[in-house]
Amino acid sequence: MAYVAVKGGEQAIDNAHAWLHEERRGDPAVPEIAVSQIAEQLGRAVDRAMAEGSLYDQELAALAVKQAQGDLIEAIFLLRAYRTTLPRFASSSPIETASMRVERRVSAIFKDLPGGQVLGPTYDYTHRLLDFALLGETTPQTPAVDAADLPAMPRVPDILADEGLLEPDVADDRDPVDLTREPLRFPAPRDARLQALARGDEGFLLGLGYSTQRGYGGSHPFAGEIRMGEVAVEIVPPELGFAIDIGDLVVSECQMVNQFKGSKTVPPQFTRGYGLVFGFNERKAMSMALVDRAMRAQELGEDVTAPAQNVEFVLYHSDNIEATGFVEHLKLPHYVDFQSELQNVRRMRAANEAETAEAAE
Amino acid sequence: MKGYNFAYLDEQTKRMIRRGLLKAVAIPGHQVPFGSREMPLPYGWGTGGIQVTASILGASDTLKVIDQGADDTTNAVSIRRFFAKTAGVATTTVTSQATVIQTRHRIPEKTLRDDQIIVYQVPQPEPLFRLEPSRIETKRMHGLADYGLMHVKLYEDIARFGQISISYDYPVMVNDRYLMSPSPIPSFDNPKMDMMPALQLFGAGREKRIYAIPPWTKVRSLDFDDHPFRAINAPHPCGLCGATDSYLDEVVTDDKGGRLFVCSDTDHCAERRAAGHVGADGLQKAAE
Repeated sequence: MAYVAVKGGEQAIDNAHAWLHEERRGDPAVPEIAVSQIAEQLGRAVDRAMAEGSLYDQELAALAVKQAQGDLIEAIFLLRAYRTTLPRFASSSPIETASMRVERRVSAIFKDLPGGQVLGPTYDYTHRLLDFALLGETTPQTPAVDAADLPAMPRVPDILADEGLLEPDVADDRDPVDLTREPLRFPAPRDARLQALARGDEGFLLGLGYSTQRGYGGSHPFAGEIRMGEVAVEIVPPELGFAIDIGDLVVSECQMVNQFKGSKTVPPQFTRGYGLVFGFNERKAMSMALVDRAMRAQELGEDVTAPAQNVEFVLYHSDNIEATGFVEHLKLPHYVDFQSELQNVRRMRAANEAETAEAAE
Repeated sequence: MKGYNFAYLDEQTKRMIRRGLLKAVAIPGHQVPFGSREMPLPYGWGTGGIQVTASILGASDTLKVIDQGADDTTNAVSIRRFFAKTAGVATTTVTSQATVIQTRHRIPEKTLRDDQIIVYQVPQPEPLFRLEPSRIETKRMHGLADYGLMHVKLYEDIARFGQISISYDYPVMVNDRYLMSPSPIPSFDNPKMDMMPALQLFGAGREKRIYAIPPWTKVRSLDFDDHPFRAINAPHPCGLCGATDSYLDEVVTDDKGGRLFVCSDTDHCAERRAAGHVGADGLQKAAE
């Protein structure tokens, strides 16, 4: 049979998408999952999609999780692609995590402190036993503590900083970098690094943070404080000249207190690593704080030897949408380049054989 | 398309990209950083080329999109549909009818004209990245035109294999100044870039770089006097149209070593066949 050139890319794409649609819905005898159910009952998945999608909207994130069949990187991609089309009305003032309505706050460096240790809705200390009761419907439980009753909680690092034991956190007046609008440039200032980490892949940061604990760029971290809760977002419209509250965010914040640095002129003091993530995700916040501190190696006069300390390496590889696109693009056709490689190898082998034959004569 | 600007990107973003393009044209072969946007298609699948195309496309343009030289490869179909939907522009598969051609991995066989623009999708704009991964370092090397590293790599190839082993994404020197990645086109296509009448634009979305070759610019594939540049192609004529001067794909026809070599540029091949050219396999087909 004679060869007929492959056609039908358009039809194939349409068919594939129809198939995907059917597969997403699953067995029609099973009720369809509602976006509100995802937002309410798969909150950690929604939080991760919002954090790495850089878009704080539970309903949209839940929709993305549904549309992506629970594939969170795909959900993040959907959110990012939507976010990029949105107009910008204003930049908010920095959020104030010291006045957070705290739901969880733990410090590993003091036994007790003002405001106390508050475990909050954590998986810590649960025994990881499958709860077969969840196979059926469960009855709601009411926690003994209401978050609204919790006292004000000063931030632990501020307590240390008041005594001069922790390096000061200096703000500057510069407009922060926005990596979604401008390309990454080096040397990357800390705001650009923190933004990249906040948007970065949780698994990548977890692995890098872990590597610092195993000797690849260690910084002797202590979890100074981890807090999670609601903070107010304020903007200052130029026509008003004062701050107005436009809504609330749930964020997780981690401040790592790391080994000290000092000099002849500056007495020894602890250094900081900082992590801040949308939603409830302290694994990511802690990893981020470790990697932030590791990337400060050069600034703090430490040797840059480990992957987590290499700012270029970390920032160019932390974004899972960039990474997944480029890794997965390998499935696109590459036959033109492969063909030139084939001809190249055949040509080199022929030259080799000719040489061998000549030598044998 | 309802809810979106013409060609998807907002006008501010297009203006930013056009400024980058102007700078790129002014400094041939130099990589210009730009505020690459997140697109609704994945990184590595043509987001740079799509942003460049979106920024230069006008309502009266006719767009052609190819991948591997073919108009009907799935990703080419997907990108062509994207612009048909978001810009409503006319699309074509005929090279000579297109005003803008977006491509991945090939340059059409037909010589492009000075009223056409070719937009390349670029996965990795930095020609030195396999030799030096740090962009801080490569930026310095470009600044100083310090390309010794690449020449050493080519020399080592010759020492090891008796010839330069790069068969695609073969580095070029643009306007005698900047070392540039031609994107992963087969080295067969490199000579077409030299003194091309059409404007050549390159977009790398994930790496956030734009670069360009203005019309009629010198583009030289790196080589040595005693090892001149050689384009690589299969030593066969096209099985369908009999062309001997076009780049060929190799199609596996059975599991007994059967092979068919056909033009990778599907429009070129179709046009030749329409004009009566017939290859060996085409004859067989006609006989059946």
